[in-house]
Amino acid sequence: MLYLMAITAGVLFAAGIFMILRRSMVKVLVGILLLGYAANLLLFNAAPLMRGVPPLIDPIYGVPAEYADPVPQALILTAIVISFSVTAFAVVLIRRAYAVTGTGDLDNMHCTDIPCESEEILSDLEDEII
Amino acid sequence: MQRSIILPVATRFLMPLMLVFSIFLLLRGHNEVGGGFVGGLVAASALMLYAISTSPSALWRLLPLDPRFIAGIGLLISLFSGFIPLFYEKPFMTGIWIETPLPVLGKIGTPTLFDLGVYVLVIGVVVWILLEFAEDE
Amino acid sequence: MIIYPILLPLIFAIITVLFWENQQVKRALSIISTGLLMIVNINIFFLVYREGIQVVQVGDWPAPFGISLVVDLFSAIMLLTTSIIAFLLAIYSFSGIDLARRKFGYFPLFQFLLMGVNGALCTGDLFNLYVWFEVMLMSSFVLIALGGERTQIEGAIKYVILNLLASTLFLSAIGLTYNLAGTLNMADLALRLQVVQTSGQVTVIAVLFLVAFGIKSAIFPLFFWLPASYHTPPVTITALFSALLTKVGMYTLIRFFTLLFPFESEFTHTIILTSAGFTMLTGVLGAASQTDLRRLLSFHIISQIGYIFMGLGLFTEYAIAASIYFLVHIILAKTALFLSAGMVESIQGSFDLKKLGGLYKHRIGLSMLFLLPALSVAGLPPFSGFFAKLGLIIAGLESKQYFIIGLALFVSLMTLFSMTKVWNEAYWKPPKDSQYADQQKPVSAWRWVPSITIVLFSVLLGLLANPIFEVCQMAAAQLMDPTQYIRAVLGMVR
Repeated sequence: MLYLMAITAGVLFAAGIFMILRRSMVKVLVGILLLGYAANLLLFNAAPLMRGVPPLIDPIYGVPAEYADPVPQALILTAIVISFSVTAFAVVLIRRAYAVTGTGDLDNMHCTDIPCESEEILSDLEDEII
Repeated sequence: MQRSIILPVATRFLMPLMLVFSIFLLLRGHNEVGGGFVGGLVAASALMLYAISTSPSALWRLLPLDPRFIAGIGLLISLFSGFIPLFYEKPFMTGIWIETPLPVLGKIGTPTLFDLGVYVLVIGVVVWILLEFAEDE
Repeated sequence: MIIYPILLPLIFAIITVLFWENQQVKRALSIISTGLLMIVNINIFFLVYREGIQVVQVGDWPAPFGISLVVDLFSAIMLLTTSIIAFLLAIYSFSGIDLARRKFGYFPLFQFLLMGVNGALCTGDLFNLYVWFEVMLMSSFVLIALGGERTQIEGAIKYVILNLLASTLFLSAIGLTYNLAGTLNMADLALRLQVVQTSGQVTVIAVLFLVAFGIKSAIFPLFFWLPASYHTPPVTITALFSALLTKVGMYTLIRFFTLLFPFESEFTHTIILTSAGFTMLTGVLGAASQTDLRRLLSFHIISQIGYIFMGLGLFTEYAIAASIYFLVHIILAKTALFLSAGMVESIQGSFDLKKLGGLYKHRIGLSMLFLLPALSVAGLPPFSGFFAKLGLIIAGLESKQYFIIGLALFVSLMTLFSMTKVWNEAYWKPPKDSQYADQQKPVSAWRWVPSITIVLFSVLLGLLANPIFEVCQMAAAQLMDPTQYIRAVLGMVR
């Protein structure tokens, strides 16, 4: 089981890195997502894996004979919430980038290196304030 | 395109159920499965169901406050629960419990208050994000 | 006491969110918040200076199980510097940030960023550190994209993707650490890693952390996101990032390699020294080839990071002390440079050196605000940069690392060269006819006051080098003796 999890995490890492190296912004986003899953799975494997054993202590029967380590699960929960918010931000950023640059290809995004005429869309943003 | 009648009618029954269920999750949260975060998500999805079946502007009218304020108030509640132990000369965020369990609510303490803050915060933030997406359409 | 640097920005961030529409209240709140923060941090500094390392066990959970907040002298110095910068930048942003950005949540984000930075400086728990880094990164993501100009969005994409990659590596390293040691409390971890130090997994973890924080602090092979993104937002935000973000990455690296991996010196410290040399060199060469003031200063950030990193690579008490002094020096001097660049832009409307000119003739005061920190960064006496570099070079001589010393001196010379270039182009070059009208343009007092104050602080740091360096040496002594830290966190039990 442990080997299966380890290999899955490795495959996810490889797939994430591969996607992150693509030119399309959406594929890069998918790559970031996969990398996040891979890291979470790695975190999940940090404690010994046990089947059918809860990390919670039952109030009636007291401390069970064996229980799973709750720390990695708490860590993953936090990490998932963080990656949720980061992904939400990344999606909005990519939408905005597509609207502003008119391209989804990262190779065309060279304005940070070669100055191109800046389009002021600040006024545009002002309208969107709720 | 004509709106389906099924979803609005179903929502009328589902939404109160989901809201009650979310409060159940919130109160059950400390030692069992549940908690403020999950409860908040369930409540927020109930509100989103309402927004989908009617319209986002209907949800705006339904909300008593701007979602930004809801999120801010939630954070303030959580933060306040952390300050209570300072009056008992304990470190920040120490859990302080009322010894005798109350009827219906169960055992109450500062972690419950913290969870309540998380509940309100999650509702505010999720509704804020999704309404923002809906406005773009 | 030491919980307040985290709580104050949080409370004020919430209140500023509640006053979203009222610009005046938001401005006042951000001044009050950062001012209070400065007072609190001065108190914390003197508390730690007199009574040693301060620890709070959050939620009253005992040390290896709960989250500990730890402030030692190094953290206290960083907290103090951070809050001074935050206070001055809060004032500067009244004029340096346009109304649209202020309406769109600049002030709450500023507070959340401060909360993340202070949290990362205070925490004594590995996973908690990850959470604070994410708080800091999320606010910086929004701050860098705020405004939505084309260059900004493109810079933001590069910044976001590479920093998310770093976070993933950080998280993976935490997973491996927990697997190896079964704890994430840094003091407890320091004890347990000593026991398993022969294991190859420790080296893997150390290198993973090095790469993750290397990306965040922009060291040599990992710095590409910085020159692609830092020059895109308004100059106040760039100043904020350059003063806080990369420096917190550097703080974490110093903390990790003194507390958790001090016995890895053979392998990792060779990597660190090599990378430090290349960081200095590539940064300054990049700066020398730039003609845009903001991009030039951004490349200097990288180059100066190399010096701090060099102190860590030398790994003697004196070298670490010099690194800490250098950190304080560069935070002050670099912010002063960015703020003066912002004032130049507000007069002449450009950051391009070719379009600037003649500032010295009409604006002697403004020119001094650039000249003094520039000379300080280049390392001329009697400014703070001289003493910082002197400390590093003495430390290098003691460890007989002559090659890196030679490189450091050469880079120093190149820094002076690129600063001279800016001086010639923007200040000494005779103004074009079209520029005469601009010269009379008044600069807002909201810009003058913080710029002058920060230059004063920077100069004072040089004039008071001896007592300040002694404090840095005390901090370095604490860092090089992890038992003090461990005893403070875990209590006298072990």
